Amino acid sequence: MELFIQQVINGLSLGGIYALIALGYTMVYGIIELINFAHGDVYTLGSFFSIAIIGLLDASGRLHGVPLLLVLAVALAGSMILCGIVGVLLERLAYRRLRNAPRLAPLITAIGASFILENIMQLWRGPSPIPFPSVVPNVTWHFGGVNLSSNEVLVVVMALFLMAVLQIFIYNTRLGKAMRATAQDRDAAQLMGININMTIALTFFIGSALAGVGGFVSGIYYGSTWFYNGFEAGLKAFTAAVLGGIGNVAGAMLGGFVIGMVESLTAGFISDQWATVAVFLLLVLVLIFRPSGLLGEVLPDKV
Amino acid sequence: MATLLELRQIDAFYGRIQALHGISLRVDKGEVVALIGSNGAGKTTTLRVISGLLRPAHGQVIYEGQDITRLSPDLIVGRRLIQSPEGRRIFARMTVLENLQLGAYTRTSLTEVAESLEEVFTLFPRLKERINQKGGTLSGGEQQMLAIGRALMSKPELLLLDEPSLGLSPLLVQTIFSIIRDINKRGVTILLIEQNARQALQIAHRGYVLETGNITMQDTAANLLASEEVRAAYLGGSVKAS
Repeated sequence: MELFIQQVINGLSLGGIYALIALGYTMVYGIIELINFAHGDVYTLGSFFSIAIIGLLDASGRLHGVPLLLVLAVALAGSMILCGIVGVLLERLAYRRLRNAPRLAPLITAIGASFILENIMQLWRGPSPIPFPSVVPNVTWHFGGVNLSSNEVLVVVMALFLMAVLQIFIYNTRLGKAMRATAQDRDAAQLMGININMTIALTFFIGSALAGVGGFVSGIYYGSTWFYNGFEAGLKAFTAAVLGGIGNVAGAMLGGFVIGMVESLTAGFISDQWATVAVFLLLVLVLIFRPSGLLGEVLPDKV
Repeated sequence: MATLLELRQIDAFYGRIQALHGISLRVDKGEVVALIGSNGAGKTTTLRVISGLLRPAHGQVIYEGQDITRLSPDLIVGRRLIQSPEGRRIFARMTVLENLQLGAYTRTSLTEVAESLEEVFTLFPRLKERINQKGGTLSGGEQQMLAIGRALMSKPELLLLDEPSLGLSPLLVQTIFSIIRDINKRGVTILLIEQNARQALQIAHRGYVLETGNITMQDTAANLLASEEVRAAYLGGSVKAS
């Protein structure tokens, strides 16, 4: 029982990170039907940016005089903004021209973009794991045999908070409505006066900024990262998005937590090696029995 | 009457297929102009060019005296040149209210938008009953009302209507056409595309006939209704069959 509760806690924090990444996959797919395979690398970039910003503040000796919370806030905000910009640049430079091309072309471009980002990161910080500055004190609480760390709480709270903000944004603001309209029918959205280029860029910005948050919290959570980190995390988050119903924002959140839970329970009760297998087995099963995903609609988006 | 919209020698292509061959037409302020023609004649293409969804290879679109040929669709909408597209194209997974709000996307005054909403509800009381229903769950006729209502939410100067009667029962067709006439009386200029040529010409002031991407006839609506060629090609027998 204790092991179960422990693995649920682990699964929730893992799931929170996957969910943050999955949102970007699903939002981009929802609006331009592109699986942005470079998105996992944007997530890794989020960790890199956070490390660089904290390092910068530290090196200049400012870290000791400045409250820790402020340093973290700056790192988080910086990571979000920089990742957002990377996402917008990807769309502008690589995907926009291919918007009306056969679907294979942008897909391959996305894989290429993924390689480019990975290699940039490798050039930047080398091929070895990079430690995340241990500036955040990790407090662990013990409840019988169950451990709960402050980092786990941080991941889950951050993920849930941002998902709530995103939901409110999408359903209750003018720009959120413009995004949903563009996703449902691009031409009709234009006829409403919606600037779809701006709306699509905004979607990339938000999705990438959320990956930036994912990179920041995962850096704190795991304590290190490396340039290739986004490959597997990206695949799992993509699986989460498909599991929830690709294009569906609430589905990506649910999918993220389900994947995290499956992974951590398999690791706890079967073995570590089977965790990833279980995740992709779940993907296969979903694709066979419920291709539209848990929350996906059976009817296609387009009329 | 002042010219509101003018197309000059428009050539448009889909890939290598030429859909429009040197189309020229004119819509004056306050008019209802009908563009009739059979399937595939280029009617929808003409509207796509006007709205900026399809960039013509040659020619100009002049609106309120200014060349808008190269403007993006959202900027054209900003000039209150509004299209209600073929097939209604309402946002199926959004509510009636959200659809109408999107129609007012470019407008800034909330009080004016609220006034427009009231006007639309006066014109289409049915939409008010369905205000929180998802667009996709409406009947065909209700969807058409929503599409027109949504276009009106932008307070159009010129309204382009693409096949508003398509797929509607004869009774509803009458209703929709009388509402179009009503909208025009409130000062909105209308360019109307219809396969239902008789109905269209009955409410129009002038009309153009489009055949395989060429304008083959243009005249007052009354003359076109009386014309032998038009009667033979587009009006069928005395009873309308659509």
